[in-house]
Amino acid sequence: MDYLTIIQILDSMLRLSAPLIFACLAGLFSERSGIFDIGLEGKMLASAFFSAAVAAATGSVWLGLMAGLTASMILAAIHGFASITFQGNQLISGVAINFLASGMTALIGQNWFRLGGRTPSLSGDGRFLPIEFPFAESIGKIPFLGPIYSELLSGHTILVYVALLTVPLTWWLLFKTRFGLRLRAVGENPEAVDTGGVSVSFLRYRAVLICGLLCGLGGAYLATGMAAGFIRDMTAGKGFIALAALIFAKWRPAYALYACLLFGFLEAIAIRYQNITIEGVGTIPVQFMQALPYILTIVILAGLVGKAIPPKAGGEPYVKER
Amino acid sequence: MKIIKGIFASVIALLFMGINLFAEPAIIFDIGGKFDKSYNESAWNGAEKWKSETGGSYREIEIQSEAQREQALRRLAEAGSNPIVMTGFSFGSVLDNVAPDFPDTKFALIDFVVDQPNVKSIVFKEHEGSYLVGLIAGMTTTSDTVGFVGGMDIPLIRRFGCGYVQGVKAANPDINVIQNMTGNDPSAWNDPVKGGELTKAQIASGADVVYHAAGGTGVGVLQAAADGGILGIGVDANQNHLHPGSVLTSMLKRVDVAVYNSFTEGMDLQTGTVVILGLKEDGVGYAMDENNQDLISAEVLEMVEATKASIINGDIVVHDYTTDDSCPAS
Repeated sequence: MDYLTIIQILDSMLRLSAPLIFACLAGLFSERSGIFDIGLEGKMLASAFFSAAVAAATGSVWLGLMAGLTASMILAAIHGFASITFQGNQLISGVAINFLASGMTALIGQNWFRLGGRTPSLSGDGRFLPIEFPFAESIGKIPFLGPIYSELLSGHTILVYVALLTVPLTWWLLFKTRFGLRLRAVGENPEAVDTGGVSVSFLRYRAVLICGLLCGLGGAYLATGMAAGFIRDMTAGKGFIALAALIFAKWRPAYALYACLLFGFLEAIAIRYQNITIEGVGTIPVQFMQALPYILTIVILAGLVGKAIPPKAGGEPYVKER
Repeated sequence: MKIIKGIFASVIALLFMGINLFAEPAIIFDIGGKFDKSYNESAWNGAEKWKSETGGSYREIEIQSEAQREQALRRLAEAGSNPIVMTGFSFGSVLDNVAPDFPDTKFALIDFVVDQPNVKSIVFKEHEGSYLVGLIAGMTTTSDTVGFVGGMDIPLIRRFGCGYVQGVKAANPDINVIQNMTGNDPSAWNDPVKGGELTKAQIASGADVVYHAAGGTGVGVLQAAADGGILGIGVDANQNHLHPGSVLTSMLKRVDVAVYNSFTEGMDLQTGTVVILGLKEDGVGYAMDENNQDLISAEVLEMVEATKASIINGDIVVHDYTTDDSCPAS
């Protein structure tokens, strides 16, 4: 494995991690405020569909992105409505959103485009194109450090950079602002927040909507950045992998980034090395390489992560008076 | 009330009899769906052609999961559809169980051989068509590296890959062929994101022509090839129009003809037989149209036509992977 190959794998890792980062941070906001959300998958899927559909219809990826964010935030609001206002079971609401998104996107897609739930392929302004950094060509010629700039950092779609920037932004918002302090408090001890005269519901609604916004970015990236169009169930479990990453990261932003990068890295390795031959051991079958990310997920979650303590009030609807 | 019930019951009975008297053909599409721009869409085109030519109607089911295979098959058979056409090798084991339960129903299975008296098996010599597109790829590449992206890792898809490699090596034995499979379960037929990633990896390794045999996943392969400024090769249906100028050619597998013929034969379908369609029978081939005519030069075309003739008359024998589960070229 030479140096350039490693750079290419890391490059692929960034591409594959971006949707996980969005979804993982989305879950972080929601769960830190005490609302469990297993509907990340469904929100991403809805956003992926509507962003691709609107981008295909209008030819503008930005309008598509807006549509995707709106769809995702509407689903987030439904989840908030069910679990905050009506104090329903958050897991059931999340499952319902997943089913709703999976069925709804295929149905509407078939009705609009008659392509079996698929949207037409996007081209030109209908999708996010890779951004080449200035002087990437000439800097790339510098040995060792050059390829890091030209191959690894340059040449991604804008949403990949947004995903990476969202991590410090999340950290700042959660740990350096008044809103963040209250948001964390409401996930640990909503009674105290309420006693302090701050509305628990309003805080939680805001957290859930931020969650919707981030899921929307992740979904739009899948359909208009990574691929060129929507296909049925294209999220393929990314929302759940993001949840695993969230637990692995113990609900902290920086660790969430590392966890998502790790999962992206494993996926990139599995894609690139389907048949590795190790001297003396023989050929590792491709099935093993493809199962590797999932095996490692179990190993990491079961053994390495230590005790992951979720926000104390997570999953419990807040009842003001008993 | 009793009278109404009686009328109702007899109407229902009549309806069922009606279905049995005027049996409609039916088709079940494999996972990937009838709009995969590839295999299933080709089958759908055949069914639609039959519909528009005869004015008849047919039933169809697009299965969404493995569990629905047997369910869909039994439902259509119980409803009296006849004949029932299935696209995809995955129906093989299911059909083997179901066919004896419906001795009066005729089944046609594409891509797999099931030995039952009421089943007609239709298989293609994909290796022959793949050999030709491999030859074109080998004569077109300038980096001496070409790629292959398969869908689900099964012997059938290895047959595509093996034929392709043989064709490439016939053009130039020094060309390196990178082969990747998308996955090990049927979801590998519908994962364009992964198909795109595999293609990007192959491009990074120097490939400048990438052939896919991956159903819906191939949409991502051809997209990544077009984005990366290299040439893709389509499969099953003519995919040259997907990215004009960036799709070198397409390996045609006339699933549409197989479906059309099965529907046309209707109740006269010759069951208990195995039909093998190769270059000779025009069951496989390569696609030339206005989208790729500038990509393939006259001399390449001449060479390919000559090779095609040699394969048909038996001078060149393309090795079939499924006969011994191995490939002489790699």
